Amino acid sequence: MKITMGAVVMGGTSVLYPTGAWRDQRPVIDHEACKSCDTCRDVCPDSSVFVQEDVYYIDYDFCKGCGLCAYECPVDAIAMILEEK
Amino acid sequence: MGAVKVVEGSQAVAEAVRACRPQVISAYPISPQTHIVETLAQMVADGELGSRYLRVESEFSAASVLAGASCAGSRCYTASSSQGLLLMTEVLYASAGMRLPFVITGVNRSISAPITIQVDQQDTISLRDTGLIQLYAESSQEAYDMHLAAFKIAEDPGIMLPVMVCMDGWILTHSYERIDFLDQQDVDRFLPPFKPANLMEVEDPKTWGSYSEENVLMEFRYALQKSMDYAQERIPQVMGDLASYTGRDYGGLIEAYATDDAEVILVAMGSVTGTLKDAVDQMREAGRKVGLIKIRCFRPFPARQIWEAVRGAKVVAVLDANVSLGSEGALGLDLKAKLCGRPDGPLVVDFIAGLGGREINPLVAEDIVDQALEAAQAPTPPWAPIWVGLDASIVA
Repeated sequence: MKITMGAVVMGGTSVLYPTGAWRDQRPVIDHEACKSCDTCRDVCPDSSVFVQEDVYYIDYDFCKGCGLCAYECPVDAIAMILEEK
Repeated sequence: MGAVKVVEGSQAVAEAVRACRPQVISAYPISPQTHIVETLAQMVADGELGSRYLRVESEFSAASVLAGASCAGSRCYTASSSQGLLLMTEVLYASAGMRLPFVITGVNRSISAPITIQVDQQDTISLRDTGLIQLYAESSQEAYDMHLAAFKIAEDPGIMLPVMVCMDGWILTHSYERIDFLDQQDVDRFLPPFKPANLMEVEDPKTWGSYSEENVLMEFRYALQKSMDYAQERIPQVMGDLASYTGRDYGGLIEAYATDDAEVILVAMGSVTGTLKDAVDQMREAGRKVGLIKIRCFRPFPARQIWEAVRGAKVVAVLDANVSLGSEGALGLDLKAKLCGRPDGPLVVDFIAGLGGREINPLVAEDIVDQALEAAQAPTPPWAPIWVGLDASIVA
């Protein structure tokens, strides 16, 4: 595939690049403690918090592990766990 | 033929920009650029120019406005000087990488500190590596013509790069000169509307300068370099095309003046080259074999044309109105990089001259020629550049 002039590509291509691999700590939500206040989704700079049937989840394909959600969570329902292999 | 008027250099540039019908102009005032953008603002306010004129809070924003508007398919223009140009730097690198063909007037002024408003070329030289095409004007007429050519060069589908027309502050921008203007219909014939291949539209979203890593970033930089190579061929064609309307042909990427049998060749760019032509004439009358090369296009750097013009000379004396501190002047460095090592080439001697508006007159030029010949007779070439007219006694 040839490169394009000015690196101009179609919109939305960031979904093809799973930046979750950059993460060294993973946010883990305690669903018992979570009050569904939406703060984590609000502060996430990578739009990596999503809701299904009122339950909050992290999209680990794109979460870079910045920890903002855990820091801002008013009920401390999110823990940052070291990524290990 | 168009009108002939005696106008200030800034007004000549503003008239050239108006004739090119930019859709977006954004600028922040700074001496000595101010008269250009003031005149354009007046034209817009008076309804003589249909551009969107955006006043912004800094040069960073002015350049950013251009980047966005250019993605959206607008022909765009700005001007700045000195610190203002430096503040634009980050956006200019990005704009070149995103292949956005706007035009900037770089009105040359020294960089602080110490604070000054006087002229030298340290500001535009500091933008050397951004990916801008850089043209340098000798006169306001040449600056007028270069602005007409600049949009066409920038928007060429094989180039698609920002173009900066550099002109010396005060000396050109604030002095009055006879200007031959080109009729609007001729400008329109020469410069058709801008129609970019890629357009930022809501219905068809695209990303400019998308994320790239070790697998392709080098290829993107190489693509820029290739476009610069192509620009070396294309710029003289565009200027030749313009000359067919104006009747003024400046000679392409460089202008060689009395170089054919010259032993000493001065190399310079900007308004000083006008003075140097007089100096060359005077030295020729006195029987000295001296010539001049005026660099009209600094990026891309026309090394082959310069080599052809200087190869028979004994010594090349480069006048740099800038200095890469800790090394020497940028023009001298380029010439040495490109010419040294070629068989039977001339010695290249670098002179730091004219910083902060220090005068370069024919007597100074003659002194430079003498010092260049002296350097050519020395057993080894000088390691350091020669600072012209320096008063070392006041340096603590």
